[in-house]
Amino acid sequence: MTLQLATKDGSDAGTEVGRDAPLQIKGMTVSYGQKPAVFSVDMTVPAGAMTAIIGPNGAGKSTLLKAALGILKPLAGQTLVFGRTLAESRDRIAYVPQRASVDWDFPTRVIDVVLMGLYPKLGLLGRVRASHRAAATACLSRVGMEDFATRQIGQLSGGQQQRVFLARALAQDADLYLLDEPFAGVDAATEKAIIAVLKALRDAGKTVVAVHHDLSTVPEYFDRVFLINTRKVAEGPVEEAFTIENLQAAYGGRLATAQVDQLNGTLG
Amino acid sequence: MILDALFLQLGYNATLVTIGAMLLGMAAGVGGTFLFLRKRALVSDAISHATLPGVGLAFMVMVALGGEGRNLIGLLAGAAVSAGVGLLIVNWLSTRTRLAEDAAIGAVLSVFFGFGIVLLTVIQSMNAGRQAGLEGFLLGSTAGMLRSDALIIAVSAAFTLVLVMLLRRPLTLASFDPEYAAASGQNVVRTDLAMMGLVLAVTVVGLKIVGLILIVALLIIPPVTARFWTERTDHVVLISGAVGGTAAYVGASISAALPDMPTGPIIVLVGFALFLISLLLAPKRGVLAAYLGHRRFQRRVHLRQGLLALAQGQPIYERLTLRLLRRAGWARRDGVATAEGRGRAGRALLDETRWQLIRRDPSFEAAAAHYDGLTPIERVLTPDQIAEIDARIPAPKEVTT
Repeated sequence: MTLQLATKDGSDAGTEVGRDAPLQIKGMTVSYGQKPAVFSVDMTVPAGAMTAIIGPNGAGKSTLLKAALGILKPLAGQTLVFGRTLAESRDRIAYVPQRASVDWDFPTRVIDVVLMGLYPKLGLLGRVRASHRAAATACLSRVGMEDFATRQIGQLSGGQQQRVFLARALAQDADLYLLDEPFAGVDAATEKAIIAVLKALRDAGKTVVAVHHDLSTVPEYFDRVFLINTRKVAEGPVEEAFTIENLQAAYGGRLATAQVDQLNGTLG
Repeated sequence: MILDALFLQLGYNATLVTIGAMLLGMAAGVGGTFLFLRKRALVSDAISHATLPGVGLAFMVMVALGGEGRNLIGLLAGAAVSAGVGLLIVNWLSTRTRLAEDAAIGAVLSVFFGFGIVLLTVIQSMNAGRQAGLEGFLLGSTAGMLRSDALIIAVSAAFTLVLVMLLRRPLTLASFDPEYAAASGQNVVRTDLAMMGLVLAVTVVGLKIVGLILIVALLIIPPVTARFWTERTDHVVLISGAVGGTAAYVGASISAALPDMPTGPIIVLVGFALFLISLLLAPKRGVLAAYLGHRRFQRRVHLRQGLLALAQGQPIYERLTLRLLRRAGWARRDGVATAEGRGRAGRALLDETRWQLIRRDPSFEAAAAHYDGLTPIERVLTPDQIAEIDARIPAPKEVTT
């Protein structure tokens, strides 16, 4: 089903970027009870770009991501990753969940969390060797956390916890990175460190998609935006799709005039 | 007498019970760990209570077929089937209806248990039922345990341990971060079912020794106890197995040595004693360690604040601060610094100044994260870096001694 209601860019999924796009979502509908949180959403993410999924609270940003990954069971819809089904491409996807979604008093150390990123390679019984530890430590240094390897995860600050989650995703050595609110509740230094890592990934040809809530940093951090409010509102490069009209279409009255003025400044 | 029991000197039957109990305790401790980490410990209570109707029905069926109603394998098979049905109902109620899991557990637990008691009462009134001894499944009964019974327990316990060994990674991932597990292609529902299957197996096997009312203690107390001693999942599993095995071994020995002591309850009490010791004495997470750690931290904070006050010539009002400074020989009774106190105060102020400088400088962000008001800056910066910082201190604070 391809409902092209209210999509403001005219780009047609499938022709512009080809069938082997890193992430292609078709007709995704998810509902909690009888109320759809995401309704018939199509999304196409081209390779080697950083895409922000933005929209007001409760617009279905995280839900879209979770349904695309099969964490939630959608009512309808399909995900293709590099032109293949989800099951065929799990080893090419790295997911960074919301930090608040886990119990940080869990008995595990920083290095153990990063090693979880290697579980698919280790299999059920493969021994954790020195080379695996070295790989995990290298991922920790990429996010500036190598000094914390043997700390219990509960002793970390929110920003440090987020970096450990990112390090675990790095350990997977994937091609498509999907992050759910990676900047929520983290300090400014962490935000900078994370964005540097993500940009390095993009420059290495990887694809990054992040649920994002801070409109003022969108043009600085991302190449593309995907605006959603239960339905898709717009999708495209920041210069084209991140416009006041699209934002107002997505946020409705919730976008305060002050924010609009500020964004006018950001957008030039 | 108890020593004899601990060294397995009380004869064949007592030895059999003790070893069987120990294996069961280990299996329960290991199997219960992931249940605890997944925060679904109480599901085991529903599972264990849901075994009772199965035991009763299995007895009736075996008698009706003209067989021996007390056949342990038959009874346990019945228990497993009805516990499985109870588990599926709890899962169905909590995922497909608006009932929360705790309500689903309460409903299944009480209905199955009530039905089981009715069946036992009916069996009591049957001819074949008088000597069945099925009420032994409520609180466990080790009297008349056979070699074959012990063997069943041993094999099942070993099976449980192997299964946990095989599934430790999926179980860990599903317990810590189920969303991430699902995103990396793991079938979390199936992992949960495997975990519940493990618990079900331990419960059914433990019915004979501990009984269905208390088996939940063997599943929960060991992991909770183990958690006090370590911050690593794999170590929690191992320690929990050891705690469960020890509690069951010691408990079974005590009940064998003393007349009329029920095995299951004694095992649970020994487990509780181990829990209590851990709660109080565990090195990092224990109550005593937490108290002492807090006191030590408080002293260091007071000393530091006192030194900073001395360095800046401020009066010290807090009595604890003054007492600590005096005891260290850094201040006199009237709050005036001693010679050593002045030196330390100057160094504390310099240290604090350096910290405040690097905390404002984003290029020292990693080092500044270590700031807690107490750690000397020498521990996180090299002498070169400190020299670089010192160059930025506006008017060098001369420490007059």
